[in-house]
Amino acid sequence: MTTAPAATRPAGNPTQLRITRSTSASRITSGVLLAVGVGLFAVPTLFGTNAVVQLTSLFIYMILAVMWNALAGYGGMVSVGQQAFIGFGAYATIWLTQHGVSPFPAMVLAAVSAAVLAALVALLVLQLKGGQLAVGTWVIAEALGLLIVLDTGLGGGTGISLQGLNSYTPELRHAYIYWLTLTFLLAILGALFLLLRLKTGAALQAIRDDEEAAASLGVRVRPLKFGIFVLAGFGCGAAGALILANTLFIQPQSIFGVQYSAYMIFMVLVGGLGTFEGPILGAIIFFVAQQQFADQGAWYLIGLGAVAVLFALFLPRGLWTVVSDRLPVQLPLGYRLSTSHPSMKEQHG
Amino acid sequence: MNIVNAIVQGIFLGSLYALLACGLSLIFGVMRIINLAHGDLAILGAFLVWVVTDKTGISPFIALLLVLPVMLAVGYALQRTVLARSLRGGPLVPLLTTFGLSIVLQNGFLQVFSPDVHSLGSNVGTLSTGSWKLTSDLSIPYLGVVLLVVSVAVLGGLHYTLRATAFGREMRATAQDPDTAGLVGIPASAIYARAVAIAVATAGIAGAFLAIRSSFGPASGPAQLIFAFEAVIIGGLGSLWGTLVGGIVLGVAQTIGATIDPQYSILTGHLVFLLALVVPRVKATAPRKAFA
Repeated sequence: MTTAPAATRPAGNPTQLRITRSTSASRITSGVLLAVGVGLFAVPTLFGTNAVVQLTSLFIYMILAVMWNALAGYGGMVSVGQQAFIGFGAYATIWLTQHGVSPFPAMVLAAVSAAVLAALVALLVLQLKGGQLAVGTWVIAEALGLLIVLDTGLGGGTGISLQGLNSYTPELRHAYIYWLTLTFLLAILGALFLLLRLKTGAALQAIRDDEEAAASLGVRVRPLKFGIFVLAGFGCGAAGALILANTLFIQPQSIFGVQYSAYMIFMVLVGGLGTFEGPILGAIIFFVAQQQFADQGAWYLIGLGAVAVLFALFLPRGLWTVVSDRLPVQLPLGYRLSTSHPSMKEQHG
Repeated sequence: MNIVNAIVQGIFLGSLYALLACGLSLIFGVMRIINLAHGDLAILGAFLVWVVTDKTGISPFIALLLVLPVMLAVGYALQRTVLARSLRGGPLVPLLTTFGLSIVLQNGFLQVFSPDVHSLGSNVGTLSTGSWKLTSDLSIPYLGVVLLVVSVAVLGGLHYTLRATAFGREMRATAQDPDTAGLVGIPASAIYARAVAIAVATAGIAGAFLAIRSSFGPASGPAQLIFAFEAVIIGGLGSLWGTLVGGIVLGVAQTIGATIDPQYSILTGHLVFLLALVVPRVKATAPRKAFA
């Protein structure tokens, strides 16, 4: 009997290995999901304002969760300071509308300027590792919040309202905000899908698993982490602008508050750190928990913290991995190693 | 405003920050993790001292002596339950669990002790208010001197323990290479548990002094964590005396900022910290393995 490795066996051998990235089932699933995503644009024409507002906040949570997962789950960067970009996005929107930009373009510009801020912050904090990066970004969020408090033109510590949306009827205003939120969400998911689907995907997952080992294999760690950090700055800035549009009033203490980091960590840990679908699931769970238990006050937050700790300790890759192991189809993101023998299938995410 | 007075008051404030920071520095040095619940553990110490003082009427200093063993036990249990398991999960998991713990602690305080802000200043008599007046605008507060002495004593004690005792050698060996230390009979988990116990106890001391010097509430923890972290980074990672210097630099920055406008106080501290990040000195002096 020959002991040659399976991969070098001649073609036609029944145990030849093949790497596939998608199956027809996974391609159909992706197509259906994309259609559902686009179909969601029809919601304001079919349902009432309440449903639209609720879905908008769910999508904002999804943006936050997806961005935090990109940072921690793929870039290996735990940030406790993403509220810096949330707050910056919201206040940049205010500032732009004060200077004659109409609200909706202002929100898009605010997200872009949050990405620029992220690029600057990245120069400062990406030299830090692990916990130092976590607290370093937090300090930047605190410093930004204090600077806003000093600026009376932006309402100082008492907060400020977003002007310029009064010209729309409430129904139309909520519909526009909903469409913009959905556009941001789909754009961010699309960008992340591309990043993971292209060669960068394998590199990002290598960084997530072991940064030093990845670097030693020739993965260019720094540009990738920089890119992820800027993308997360963009997404969190967009979320901040959308939170402002949804509530019409912000205060520096709350928009720069560390509770956003707590929410993001909860959503990503429960949903599934380092999985594409996990944060979306986590955001839905968080949204439901928020609806059910938010009036419990401190107990609700104790529960959130405790659940996050338990997931980090006992199920660090979250609920999605539990679900996905039982699903027959997966998104075409991984690499599937297959042999002609069906029982030898193995999948790498 | 008198700049000399600001610097003197800043040194005393900085002593408190150094006291807060040394536990954070110790855990980072030995275990390479940042305990994001460190500030909340300091507030736990403050609440425990406040409860004992409130119920019995004894001096907060005696109450602190009673609370210290509790804090040691809390630290020991923290390592044995949450941190030990977190460490096995990779470098990111301890951050996530300690952050979750911080949320649990803050809201636990809120639930148990109400959102009220407390101070122990009135329980130590003239110590909290009295001072030696040197000139018309320079005075040395009694409490500031006590803080400086306690802070130097705690950091000096830690430094001595690390440098000159068998336990300190074991800690340094574990910090350098836990596996190899294990091979020569030093179980990392036992060293970690004792290090965290000591770190949490120092956080308790810092919390008690925070309560005596100013005030505290259920949500005071995160700010204390940030100040402690800034002190550690400004001072350079891995050096306890550096942490003392870093704390004092931060304290002086805050008091000088406050002489311009009280609103600038904390912001100036943050800016000095960010400056310390930019200056390459921090990187150059930080050894890859702290305390080695």
